[in-house]
Amino acid sequence: MPEATYLDANELVINMGPQHPATHGVLRIKLRLDGEKVLGSEAVIGYLHRGVEKIAENRTYTQFAPYTDRMDYVAAVTNGMAYVEAVEKLMGVEVPPRAQYTRMILAELQRIASHLLWLGTHALDLGAMTPVFYTFREREEILKIFENYCGARLTTHAFRIGGLQYDLYDGFEREVANFCDYFTPKIDEYEALLTKNRIWINRTRNVGVLTPEDAVALGVTGPVLRGSGVKWDVRKAQPYEAYDKVEFEVPIGEKGDTYDRYLVRVQEMRQSVRIVRQSVERIAPGPIMGKVGKVIKPPVGEVYHSIEAPKGELGPPSFVNLQALDTMVRGHLVADVVAVVGTLDIVLGEVDR
Amino acid sequence: MAEHALQFLQANPLTYAVVKILIVFAVLSGLVAYLVYMERKVLAFMQARLGPMRVGPWGLLQPVADGIKLLLKEDIIPEGADRWVFLIAPAISVAAAFTCFAVVPFAGNFFVTDVNIGLLFILAVSSLGIYGIILGGWASNSHYPLLGALRSSAQLVSYEVAAGMAIVGVLLVSNSLSMVEIVKRQQEMGLWNVLVQPVACIIYVIAAVAETNRNPFDLPEAESELTAGFHTEYSGFRFALYFLAEYTNMVLVSCIAVTLFFGGWLRPFQSVRALDFLNYMPPVGLLGGAVFVFLLGRHNRVPMERVFFIGLAVVLVLLAGLVAIPVVLNAVQGIFWFTVKVLAFLYAFIWYRATFPRYRYDQLMNVGWRVMIPLALANLIVTAVLRYFLSSHGSASPAARLIGF
Repeated sequence: MPEATYLDANELVINMGPQHPATHGVLRIKLRLDGEKVLGSEAVIGYLHRGVEKIAENRTYTQFAPYTDRMDYVAAVTNGMAYVEAVEKLMGVEVPPRAQYTRMILAELQRIASHLLWLGTHALDLGAMTPVFYTFREREEILKIFENYCGARLTTHAFRIGGLQYDLYDGFEREVANFCDYFTPKIDEYEALLTKNRIWINRTRNVGVLTPEDAVALGVTGPVLRGSGVKWDVRKAQPYEAYDKVEFEVPIGEKGDTYDRYLVRVQEMRQSVRIVRQSVERIAPGPIMGKVGKVIKPPVGEVYHSIEAPKGELGPPSFVNLQALDTMVRGHLVADVVAVVGTLDIVLGEVDR
Repeated sequence: MAEHALQFLQANPLTYAVVKILIVFAVLSGLVAYLVYMERKVLAFMQARLGPMRVGPWGLLQPVADGIKLLLKEDIIPEGADRWVFLIAPAISVAAAFTCFAVVPFAGNFFVTDVNIGLLFILAVSSLGIYGIILGGWASNSHYPLLGALRSSAQLVSYEVAAGMAIVGVLLVSNSLSMVEIVKRQQEMGLWNVLVQPVACIIYVIAAVAETNRNPFDLPEAESELTAGFHTEYSGFRFALYFLAEYTNMVLVSCIAVTLFFGGWLRPFQSVRALDFLNYMPPVGLLGGAVFVFLLGRHNRVPMERVFFIGLAVVLVLLAGLVAIPVVLNAVQGIFWFTVKVLAFLYAFIWYRATFPRYRYDQLMNVGWRVMIPLALANLIVTAVLRYFLSSHGSASPAARLIGF
């Protein structure tokens, strides 16, 4: 008898990743396929595990701050911000307004940068190769601002416990305002390429639908949650820094499909520009550090703090959102898996830590 | 000397044919290599970057470097692959793609051969190219190539139907399967088939994009889904063959589209006397190219490259002078227009790639079977009915002439 091969089986198991162009890092997805139809999926993680929690046990509070940048390395500013805020909460430190607005500006710029990276790669995954070059061009402008401010582009370590290490450089406000003016028409440009594009709509409408109930049950956060129509944004719900003093809207989706999540993120970029503009106007001279000693020594105790990072509520959003993968791809086609992994906007550094 | 050679070739048709085949093959291979360069450059300019710039002036030697690299790479045959099928598959694809050019009329006075079933020949042989893809994907004995090959076969078969039916529409209009006759017919009508058969033209162009596996129909090699599709396991020279086949196919479908719908080697508005000055486009175009190259190279900071560009500009000016000689001008007229049209098509192919996302497999099938094929069929029926009624009233009637019967 001839040897049985995989051709005889009805079910085909393929490994997507860990080295695969569409998994955005080292995610491995075991797919069970019937032809092109996905019967089930299993995300295998841990390829980028560095034991961040264990490292934290052996570091002082100050020493650990840079490690947080290396979790979600495409949104280091917000990651670091969540950490320093948590420590400040534990110590009961008030951060001066100048530092607050600076943090907000950088955090919102980071949100834009993160969404830009997402938009470019997501479109690239779905076969549209041009947007990625445009979004990286604009992201570069943001990274330049980061570099001017703190010397680093990616792992910024921009803030210190209690406030900021550096005051703003001359011309920061002008540079940021210029960026806002430059960037808004660029969003229209991306939308011109994608939003009304028939193929784009075909590829994303009704793909990876997540009902509001499922979304809440799975605990997904950020744009994935809001794409499903749940209006939850930590910036509004539990305002931190000075988010309660600026005006912005929280865009939500209707159907909870990939297209809605795309629209939500694009709208969020516009809202971020709004926040940045307002913050730049309100930033006033003043101290940049709160009252903290030379040695950071918080009282013994526990504290919970979360912020709205670009990918969701920090704690950590990529890991939580990845849980929804199976729910979203089951019954779809292989090509949709790529769309769904893209729309979840995960970073493996944050998933594995 | 030249006359002697010409007489010799006319006396020895076999040698003449071989010479023509060699010319077509050589020019085509070079064109395909530089098509890759053109694609990279055009995409780059659309995407706010420069593209290849390092190898030679403006990266002009990039195709050479790529070719050498591919030839020198190890030719890996995966364990468990069906060895012979694996080895032969790429050759099938390339052979099929190149064979079709035998009947493509590059100009009224230059084609390898003109058979009375030229169109049928192209359809038959180009379909063979699918075997290269299916066999290659299957013989790799690996998941992604298999999926890629299956997608490919389904896609090519579906779109071949639509393309075939669109072509039949042209056939009804031109009364011939010979590629040369089809162009001559358009000359007689004084009207390109794209105006007579617009629906067929659109269907054919879309199907052509699908048949060459180009974006937005590039599913068989969707890199974000199937890594590299059917040629995932191929490396080195054999990969280069697939690559060559794909780009040759692009040129081929462009040639067919130009021949069937855009008047082949004919000048635009050939029947309009007032536009006869267009006949001088070949030297003017070359002069324009020379000016462009000169401006490009004038401020180049690398002395060698500056010399190269200015030299190239001079060569182009000399060529323009040569082409301006009436005898030569007449001889190159057809080739010039054919090349321009084909290049326009190839540019469009690249343009699509920069613009569109990729269709999903089932959507691709939907478009193929639910839109393209019914539309092609309707077009065919309407054309046939019109043709029947109009020709029974005598083909000289003005109405018949207007739509080309």
